[in-house]
This record gives sequence, structure tokens and C-alpha cells, in this order.
Amino acid sequence: MSDYRNVIEVACPGAVIDEFEGPGDELTIEIHRDHIRAVCRFLKSEPGAFRQLSDVTCVDYLEGNGNGDRFRLAYQLFSMETGDRLRLRVWADAEHPEVDSVTSVWATANWHEREVYDMFGVRFAGHPDLSRILMPFDWEGHPLRRDYPLGGENVKFSDAV
Amino acid sequence: MALIPPPGSPVERAPRTDASIDRDLRDLVETAEEEAFVQRLLTTTVDRALSWARSSSIWPATFGLACCAIEMMHTATPRYDIARFGAEVFRASPRQADLLIVSGRVSQKMAPVLRRIYDQMMEPKWVISMGACASSGGVFNNYAIVQGVDKIVPVDVYVPGCPPRPESLIEGILILQRLIGANGMPSSFDLMHEQGLAVPEDAARIASERRAWAAAR
Repeated sequence: MSDYRNVIEVACPGAVIDEFEGPGDELTIEIHRDHIRAVCRFLKSEPGAFRQLSDVTCVDYLEGNGNGDRFRLAYQLFSMETGDRLRLRVWADAEHPEVDSVTSVWATANWHEREVYDMFGVRFAGHPDLSRILMPFDWEGHPLRRDYPLGGENVKFSDAV
Repeated sequence: MALIPPPGSPVERAPRTDASIDRDLRDLVETAEEEAFVQRLLTTTVDRALSWARSSSIWPATFGLACCAIEMMHTATPRYDIARFGAEVFRASPRQADLLIVSGRVSQKMAPVLRRIYDQMMEPKWVISMGACASSGGVFNNYAIVQGVDKIVPVDVYVPGCPPRPESLIEGILILQRLIGANGMPSSFDLMHEQGLAVPEDAARIASERRAWAAAR
């Protein structure tokens, strides 16, 4: 069990669901989505001070995780003081995916969350301006969802291959 | 046979049998001096003269979209030098450009911008679709890319390639010059109006939605 898991569990009881060790020093901690903002606020100040949020991304698991969740968000954190990297993982609901925004913790989360909303339709509660960032404002649907039609036009002669 | 007949000699010319042919300048020629003068004349129409002048001075708009734009920039370098063909003056303002080289993939979000630049260009104007993406969407058969720029603007010349080499683009410009100069070809936009063709549906839709969005802001 990693130190980070311990300190998170002490600071935010009930927040940690599980942890995963990847190759090298990769550490992923799965957080319950109700606690994500509190955990992020804690990690930015204590311990190791993860002052930088490198990325917020999302993966669409169309078949879900068995608990009615479908979208798995990943928050990539980096500590400039210790050099540690930490990944937080959060599952969002299939029908009404909504997760607390962490824009109030890291301002850079603003555009990252807008991109996740634009591409996957995951909403972020408390976001100051949750609008599309890549697609046209009048676009319908969220293109990176697995069940989104591929779009464009049919590829000619593909049936003859 | 001497090109210039001696002064004072009469002109021998077979009489015209076809009455439907209009009298032209040669019918008025009576003396050898006049004949010599007429031989040095080149008659044409104002349209053709204008077209020839236009074809020799095509000013492309400075408008690069993707990797094709790198090749487009190369055509202006000393190695390829489209100045040889009178088309080197890339203008930063669409108001001063005759030619829009669509150099690369056109994203859905760029489409109204491209259409607006095209609309801002002065008549007559021409469009070259450069490369596979601009012509057909290329490998980007997805939600983000317009599947061929001819869905939003009329295209005069398609240049194949991924990306086309500068020689290919120069060939495309030469083809365009021949079309403009030799045939006195009106721009594709004029043709659309003459034939009563509607502005492409996508362009009209994008423009109206764009206006609605701008009004709401």
C-alpha cells in the first residue's frame, strides 16, 4: 500500500476505492467521485504538493464497469517538489455523467474539463463556463463516445477488399 | 514570297462567296500598304485580352491550412519560384487576392472561416483544391473534417497528392492559367450564378448558424 493512499485515506475518509501499480513508479489511485475535489485540494497542499495538473482525460467504456458507470476520468498530477507523478481515476455515470469540477483547485483544469465535456459529454459541476472548446458551438453529440457514428462519408470500395 | 508587297501593287484576293460572313478588316484592304498593316494586326475581344492579362497575374491569398501549406510555401522559394509564372504575389488580404489555394484539411470549425475569406475575395476569383484532404477529406473520414472543400466553395482545379510536390501545385496553377487565358473562362462562381446553381447547402447553413451564434453573444 502506497504512502499516498494512506495519507489520502486519513485526510478524506472513504475517498479511496482502490490503487493500482503500473510499470516503473506509476501509481494510480481510484477515487470515489463524490470526493474528487476534496482529494485534489488536499493533494495540492499536502503531502508532496502536487501543484501541477498535467492533464484531465477520459476513456469511454461502452459496456461499463458493472456499477452503472461508463466514463473513466484520469487526472495526471505532477509534483515539482518531489518529482512524483500520481494518477487519480474517477468513474462517471453512464446515463448522467457528472463529476465535480476541480477548476477551483487548478485553474488549468478549466480547458481540460471543457475538452472532456466536448468530446465525451461528461459534465463538471461547479465549472465556471462549461461550453464546447474544440467542436463548433452548435455541434450535436460528443464525437469521442464509442457509440457516436464515425461520420464523414462512406469509404469507397471498402466492401470490395 | 515577300511578306511586304511592293508599294502601289494591287491586292489580288479571291472574292468571298459566303454572304453570311461579316465584312472584316481585310475586306477594306485595297492597297499593299494596307495589307502590310493588317498583317501586323492582332484582333481579339476585350474579354480575351482581359483574361490573358488576368491569367498572367494571379495573386494567391496567403492562406495555409496544414502540411500542404508547407509545400505551397516551397513553391514561392527560389528553388521552385512561381514568380516565373506571374503568380508569386501572395496577398495577406483576401481583398487583393484572385486565387484561394486550399492547402490542407478543412476542419468543420475552419469551414465558415474559409468560406468567409472566399466571400471577401474580389471577383473574378478562382480556387485550387490542393491535396487529398482538401479535395476529398483524404484519410480523415471522420467527424472533424469537411469531406472535400467543394462542399463549401466552388473549385476550379484539383491538385492530387499527399501532399502534392511544388511541381504539382505549379502544374495546377499553369492549368488554371490556361483555363483563364485561352478560354476566357469565367470564374467558377460566375458559372454557378449563370447556371442558376444555389450556393452550396453546407455553406448557407454554416453561415446562417454562424450569424445566429454571433448575434447571441
